[in-house]
Amino acid sequence: MQFFGLACEFEPLETPLPIFRARVDAGQWLELARSIVEAQGQLVSLWGSDRRRAGASFEVAAAYRTADGLLCAELPLDPQRPVYPDIARFFAPANRMQRAARDLLGIQADGSADCRPWLRHDAWPADYFPLRHENTGQERFDLPTEHYPFVRVEGDGVHEIPVGPVHAGIIEPGHFRFSVVGEKVLRLEQRLGYTHKGIERRFIGMDVETGARLAGRVSGDSTVAYAWAYAMALESLAHQRIPERARWLRALLLERERVANHLGDLGALGNDAAFGFALTQFSLLREDWLRSNAEWFGHRLLMDRICPGGVERDLGDAARQALREQATAMRASLGELQRIFDDHAGMQDRLVTTGRISPTLAQQLGLTGLAARASGRTGDLRSDFAWPPYDSLDFKACSQHNGDVAARLNLRFAEVFESLRLIEALLQRLPEGQVRTPIDPPANAKGAGWVEGWRGEILVALETDEAGAIARCHCHDPSWQNWPVLEHAVIGNIVADFPLINKSFNLSYSGQDL
Amino acid sequence: MIPLSGFVSQLLEIILALAFAPLLTGWVNQCRAWLQNRSAPGLLQPYRALHKLFNKESVVAESASPIFRIAPYIVFGCMALVCAIAPTLSTDLPLAPAADTIALVGLFALARVFISLAAMDIGTSFGTLGARREMLIGFLAEPALLMVLFSASLITQSTSLANIVETLAHQPFAIYPSLAVAGVAFTFVALAENARVPVDNPATHLELTMIHEALILEYSGRHLALIEWAAALKLFAYSCIGLALFFPWGIAGAGTPLAMIVAIPVLLAKLAIGGVLLALIETINAKMRLFRVPEFLATAFLLAVIALLVHVLLGA
Repeated sequence: MQFFGLACEFEPLETPLPIFRARVDAGQWLELARSIVEAQGQLVSLWGSDRRRAGASFEVAAAYRTADGLLCAELPLDPQRPVYPDIARFFAPANRMQRAARDLLGIQADGSADCRPWLRHDAWPADYFPLRHENTGQERFDLPTEHYPFVRVEGDGVHEIPVGPVHAGIIEPGHFRFSVVGEKVLRLEQRLGYTHKGIERRFIGMDVETGARLAGRVSGDSTVAYAWAYAMALESLAHQRIPERARWLRALLLERERVANHLGDLGALGNDAAFGFALTQFSLLREDWLRSNAEWFGHRLLMDRICPGGVERDLGDAARQALREQATAMRASLGELQRIFDDHAGMQDRLVTTGRISPTLAQQLGLTGLAARASGRTGDLRSDFAWPPYDSLDFKACSQHNGDVAARLNLRFAEVFESLRLIEALLQRLPEGQVRTPIDPPANAKGAGWVEGWRGEILVALETDEAGAIARCHCHDPSWQNWPVLEHAVIGNIVADFPLINKSFNLSYSGQDL
Repeated sequence: MIPLSGFVSQLLEIILALAFAPLLTGWVNQCRAWLQNRSAPGLLQPYRALHKLFNKESVVAESASPIFRIAPYIVFGCMALVCAIAPTLSTDLPLAPAADTIALVGLFALARVFISLAAMDIGTSFGTLGARREMLIGFLAEPALLMVLFSASLITQSTSLANIVETLAHQPFAIYPSLAVAGVAFTFVALAENARVPVDNPATHLELTMIHEALILEYSGRHLALIEWAAALKLFAYSCIGLALFFPWGIAGAGTPLAMIVAIPVLLAKLAIGGVLLALIETINAKMRLFRVPEFLATAFLLAVIALLVHVLLGA
């Protein structure tokens, strides 16, 4: 298949969602990026691979979301001088991905304006690349701290507030550099990468079953989405289909994960506005939800419930009944809490107009997932490329228009209600049959999985080596796109509102510091 | 020569304040937890926290100047003195002439100046941020507090807190519209000054939203214990001043030592009710945007001025 009149031939992958891949040359790489910008498509992910062991060279890949599906362009690079044309000029989120690819693999975006390290925090030298095959990733270096040049804002009365990576509360580590005048934020610059743990390197050479467990641990709050995306990738490269019942159970798990996370965020948003009552109520609801996860699925956070070929365990009739009743009860409790939020003048005053991202800005910066839908965008894989079982559930993507903290909060309410409806439908119409089929991965094959997690679209690109083990597995979290947008969301707000804005996005540190 | 009864009531007051101030904090925390549907920490939790902190090592930053070290003692001293001159049990207080209502506001201001200086002393951005916010609140809260106290002074023709309360307590029961309005203003100021919701959140862990907590981030061990204790004393003092001004019943007058015995349970009952109300306010409100605080305190000031005008124009 061909897209945008380019000469390269895209090959469709056997995935439930439309995913295409093609090998391109440098000219087509640029041409494709330009065409996709013009068609209002978005960059999903960019990553590099070392394919020298397979007799090839380094390779950089970019995945774009278009109206036709996901297009993956793979560009082989010169092993002596691995450079590729910069695409950050078309897609703002590419900047950090290109820097991460350089730190891990030593492939360079030609013409990139920002050459600072991203993942490399003085743990390894600039000429060492953990993803290259000659390195094990286990090497240890004792290096002095390098200076990291933050962008300085100058002017009368401007000063900097450095926050983190160690915070007063128990949260993940990230450094935030605020340039403020008085209480007003002029600029925020993030530095992440403190939870880099070498997951991408760890995947290499791992057998595909163990890889499924590792993929489920990339970001604990999205374990179902990652496990599904990984399983989808593996099944697509093995050209195998899974039983119908397994698909429905996977969707059930995904929606339950979404509900649990939204409940946690809604409570935390209340707490960040010092409305402690909300935190306790939502924590109670979430705890009940997680306990019933443990009771009926065997794990509170649903880790390892999705496995290659299907799901880990089946659901009995008693469980179906109990889960449906729980969903109904949850809807009633949530309706009451939503009324309290809506009627609370003090809360609304904190939330409305705070941290606003306009729909235009969201498009320009490539905002994705939940945050994008709060800014008037409509993208949701579950409706745009409804794959089974979503195609038969009459799913409606939720959307809000204001793009402020209130919109992101209200969107969470709307999505939970929609997820509860999906859960009831899934439980009611669950097809009979097997829940798992054995998967036999072929050697030297490529696959991809693309799933709408609670935060946004999660992509897993998987490749096997000649022994059928993992040659490369790239996991992409939507936080890559959304962290830079958070920098824009706080501009013009006051410092004291940052925690609320940050929480309304609730992005993953662990999920992108691979 | 100080009469014995006065000496006893003064001593009793100070001991009561030092001993029971953490209890009030514990009570408010407990009520708030219940109202929020949580299981509450024990009533004695603040004492355990103080005990823990006094037994811990105090870590002081290398760049700290002597101001950082002496600030906790000054703050604690100020709050203890405030508790001594506030007529909680009796109006027969030998220390009362030491400071009238204007000096009382001055004592709060002195404590604020030192804690803010200490916060800026280390040079961390959070300390400075907190100090700036604390000053913003302080300079708006102090005039409002003064106006409230002036309304009471006008009614009783005295600026001595003990005399004001003595006069109010022994007047035939009457509702003063001016005092009712002043009482609302006082509540606003008390919420802001004691770092409570909706102005500040005493339970927050978010360093960027803190006011009072940001000021004391660098303190540890006995220094922190003194500051926490002083914060409890401040809440206690504000509660007692409010109760004495607006609900002065049951406070012993001069030369009535037996009335002191009644005064203690009356005070505890009033504080218990006050604590429930504070917890209720903190539960049903969210924290306001920082730049709403000036509006909030301006409202307090306006109400206090209205109280004054009501008294002057209506004589009530």
